Amino acid sequence: MQRLFGLVLLAGGIALGAAPAAAHPHVWITAKSEVMYAPDGSMTGVRHAWTFDDMFSTYALQGIETKTKGVYTREDLRPLAQTNVESLKEFNFFTFARADGKKTKFVEPVDYFLEHKDGALTLHFVLPLNAPVTPKQLALEVFDPSYFIDFKFEDKDPIKLVGAPAACQMQFQRPNDETANTQRLSEQNFMNGDNSNYGAMFANKIMVNCP
Amino acid sequence: MRRTPAGLARGVAFTLAALLAVVVLDAAVHGVMAQNPFGGPRPGAAEPQVGGIFGWILAKQSEFYREMSSTIRAAKSDGSAVWTLLGISFAYGIFHAAGPGHGKAVISSYLVANEETARRGIVLSFASAMLQALVAVALVAVLAWLLSSTAKTMCSAEKAIEIVSYGLIAAFGARLVWTKGGGFMRALQASPVPAMAVVHHHDHLHGHDHHSHDHAHHDHAHGQGHVHDEHCGHSHGPTPDQLAGPGGWQRGLGAIFAVGLRPCSGAILVLVFALAQGLFWAGIAATFVMGFGTAITVATIAVVAVSAKGLARRLSAGSEGGGTLIMRGIEFGAAGLVLLFGLGLLFGYLAAERATCL
Repeated sequence: MQRLFGLVLLAGGIALGAAPAAAHPHVWITAKSEVMYAPDGSMTGVRHAWTFDDMFSTYALQGIETKTKGVYTREDLRPLAQTNVESLKEFNFFTFARADGKKTKFVEPVDYFLEHKDGALTLHFVLPLNAPVTPKQLALEVFDPSYFIDFKFEDKDPIKLVGAPAACQMQFQRPNDETANTQRLSEQNFMNGDNSNYGAMFANKIMVNCP
Repeated sequence: MRRTPAGLARGVAFTLAALLAVVVLDAAVHGVMAQNPFGGPRPGAAEPQVGGIFGWILAKQSEFYREMSSTIRAAKSDGSAVWTLLGISFAYGIFHAAGPGHGKAVISSYLVANEETARRGIVLSFASAMLQALVAVALVAVLAWLLSSTAKTMCSAEKAIEIVSYGLIAAFGARLVWTKGGGFMRALQASPVPAMAVVHHHDHLHGHDHHSHDHAHHDHAHGQGHVHDEHCGHSHGPTPDQLAGPGGWQRGLGAIFAVGLRPCSGAILVLVFALAQGLFWAGIAATFVMGFGTAITVATIAVVAVSAKGLARRLSAGSEGGGTLIMRGIEFGAAGLVLLFGLGLLFGYLAAERATCL
């Protein structure tokens, strides 16, 4: 029995040794987002504009036919935009919201389109909440839990509140901020085999306080 | 009587030692990679934080990977940039394999499950990495270049290959478990119980077992095992060489295919990008160089795994017949691991690098 126990340990150990595995990003997105509010002061959703890196943009454009070579109109890109939003659904649109600590769900994106500019593709889409919320504190996170995609918010005006009540204060925290580093996963967390949320280290955090 | 509990304790200790060796050495490889081979200061050295080391590897990979697109662009006007591209690809390959990846885990486990030499580990690592590069090139050449398929089609193809590859790993693991399970069960049945009565026979036969293992003998032992002949059964578990058996290279082929079939998402992106820039050949060269880098890292880890097993064997050899059980157990465990990897990947419990589907 002791030996069996030892073997289980061995197997577990090898599995662990192999498990703290996390992908490195293959796709880089430069994001710009707006938190949208209704006239009554409730938060209704998020409008994203995600610009893909050179390599992924080229990859995504592979095989797409255009009237003029190298010029991709919004119309040409419509099927790709459709594919994008459909695929993003599987990943919860990499956007995670909590209203006063409670998880809040988004529904299917609307007003989505792709724009091709200077060799890069930008995906625009609006992500509506399934029901508007009026929390004291709204926490939004944008990241890929498996870190296949790296999200970096634009340096200038990364987040805008659109139509928010005047008293609302927004805080934005980038993943490589000092504050974020102290919150990095500890060794303990890292070794416990649960690396499904590895990418959380690279989360962009948006906090809106409306007293 | 005196020996049995002590033997058990030692068995457990050796198993743990072997386990530690594998884990620590694997970590050490990561650590070495983190020493910054390019001579610069090692960032964040003050804190022994695993996340930090991994973070550094990730950062390096990202850096190399990101440089690839600009270098391919540069190569359009300046041919010498191709050399830079190859250098970056090589470094990327090394770092990429040092990070996550089921390939090295499956190959290492396979090597531990079988009585494989370090040399074969190296050959398997290189063969699977080259196959991986070949599949990536073939996929992009056929779909993107010949058929002008869209990213969506390429993604579907990648996903299909992925499922086949994971299925193969699972099947391969199941076969290993089946083969190794027999040896382990025989060793298990044979070893602990009769130890007090036949300690001396046991010792003798154990030695005998190691020195003469012809096939006829093996068949004989096998038959004996089934009738639970204590006297013979416990000493005539098949030796590792017999289990590895003839035709080992063909079986190695299974490992190569199971691991190498699934192309690297990064390679596909680079190839499509190079194709779009009119430099497909540079992308192909980069892919193979990348594979070469990957193979070096995987081979290193494979050699470490084989050495760790060798160490476990040497340590357990002194433990009065328990050694056979420990070695069979380690092999069985490693076989089970290959199966678990396959199933885990197949059903999505283990996260692998995903296909580029957006």
